[in-house]
Amino acid sequence: MIDIHNISKWYGEFRVLTDCTTKVSKGEVVVVCGPSGSGKSTLIKCVNGLEPIQQGQIHVDGAEVTAKGADLTALRSRIGMVFQHFELYPHMSVLENLCLAQEKVLKRSRTEAEERARALLARVGMSEHSTKYPSQLSGGQQQRIAIARSLAMDPIAMLFDEPTSALDPEMIKEVLDVMVELAQEGMTMMVVTHEMGFARKVADRVIFMDVGAIVEDRPTADFFDNPESERAKDFLSKILNH
Amino acid sequence: MADFDFNVVWSSLPFLWEGLQLSLWLTFLSIIGGIVLGTLLALARLSGIAPLALLAATYVNLLRSVPLILVIFWFFFLVPLVIGRPIGSFYSALIAFVMFEAAYYSEIMRAGIQSVRKGQVHAGQSTGLGYWQIQRYIVLPQAFRNMIPILVTQGIILFQDTSLVFVVSLRDFMTASSIVARTEGRLVEMYLFAAVVYFIICFSGSMLVRSLKNRMAT
Repeated sequence: MIDIHNISKWYGEFRVLTDCTTKVSKGEVVVVCGPSGSGKSTLIKCVNGLEPIQQGQIHVDGAEVTAKGADLTALRSRIGMVFQHFELYPHMSVLENLCLAQEKVLKRSRTEAEERARALLARVGMSEHSTKYPSQLSGGQQQRIAIARSLAMDPIAMLFDEPTSALDPEMIKEVLDVMVELAQEGMTMMVVTHEMGFARKVADRVIFMDVGAIVEDRPTADFFDNPESERAKDFLSKILNH
Repeated sequence: MADFDFNVVWSSLPFLWEGLQLSLWLTFLSIIGGIVLGTLLALARLSGIAPLALLAATYVNLLRSVPLILVIFWFFFLVPLVIGRPIGSFYSALIAFVMFEAAYYSEIMRAGIQSVRKGQVHAGQSTGLGYWQIQRYIVLPQAFRNMIPILVTQGIILFQDTSLVFVVSLRDFMTASSIVARTEGRLVEMYLFAAVVYFIICFSGSMLVRSLKNRMAT
């Protein structure tokens, strides 16, 4: 489904990604973790072409994201993305947030879009808030709506860029619950997160990154029970035992 | 003081009202045109397409480096040359104001566009929206809303600047007041009255800006 082949990226002289290669199969849930600044957010933003790369190729569902002249808008509409800071449109109501791309990209009618939006709001437990504006909602509620907004496009895969790291602790669970449900329904997911509980529960594989490179890429249980690299051991000891 | 006669104001009200209508109409159309052209210039400057950005930047810097009165003159003589027939003082003045104000509005809109978080654009892109759709539905509405107080302030300045159109013999409010003042020999009364009218309009505008700012802060 997602095939990342030997990609590298530079910001000017500074190399942020170094020869990263991995695959995510259909229905697989992959957690990407690592210390901050390790390039994990950059890596998943490359998957839908939000960040250009200078070397290597990325294919999504057979189409090359990194090809010159690739139809990025068509491709992006098929991959959902959830951001650290939610990025709901503040000048639109919740319902309008969910309908915009459905109408403009998928060319659904207003009625069709609203029907789909309401069904998804119900699914993330936000039905009663459809006429509110983002600023009237808590972070956890906003993030659940952001997930619904992505799902409204009927994506073939979902990317999550630290979806819970801007949330107050008591709101993390409500967002993770939605993500766990999504994973259990068979959605293909690539999740950048520090939530190791979530990783253990639903991830098929864990990718550990450090200074722009993929250091470990292994089945979840293997990664947690006997990490190979010193850096991963160090990272896990810091994140798990505090 | 006993010699002052403010009856002249009453008797010439219809004439002054015509002048004021021209001032307000010119202001209104120039604000609309200036914001539209200014927004396009701002988008060009932020487009990341080097020649386009350079062209827009040159335009903005050029227009901001010449006095408005010169631009008004310029278009009065230039436009008929370009299109081959006279278009009248009003339209040449309107074009001059739109072109001139666009340079200022583009700087305001540029700041407004940059005030919208990059993540908003990413969110739009990630759902498959194209560049123009993102600008139209996501970025510009927020940029515009963030900049409303400054846009209105610029509109107040523009209203005051419309008094310059006397140079192409348009009869705006200021010119109308001047004419009455001179023909009736009531200079002090008329200029006092004109000052009061400008003050009321501009001060109301400033109050509007303040209340908009307060409303946005909450």
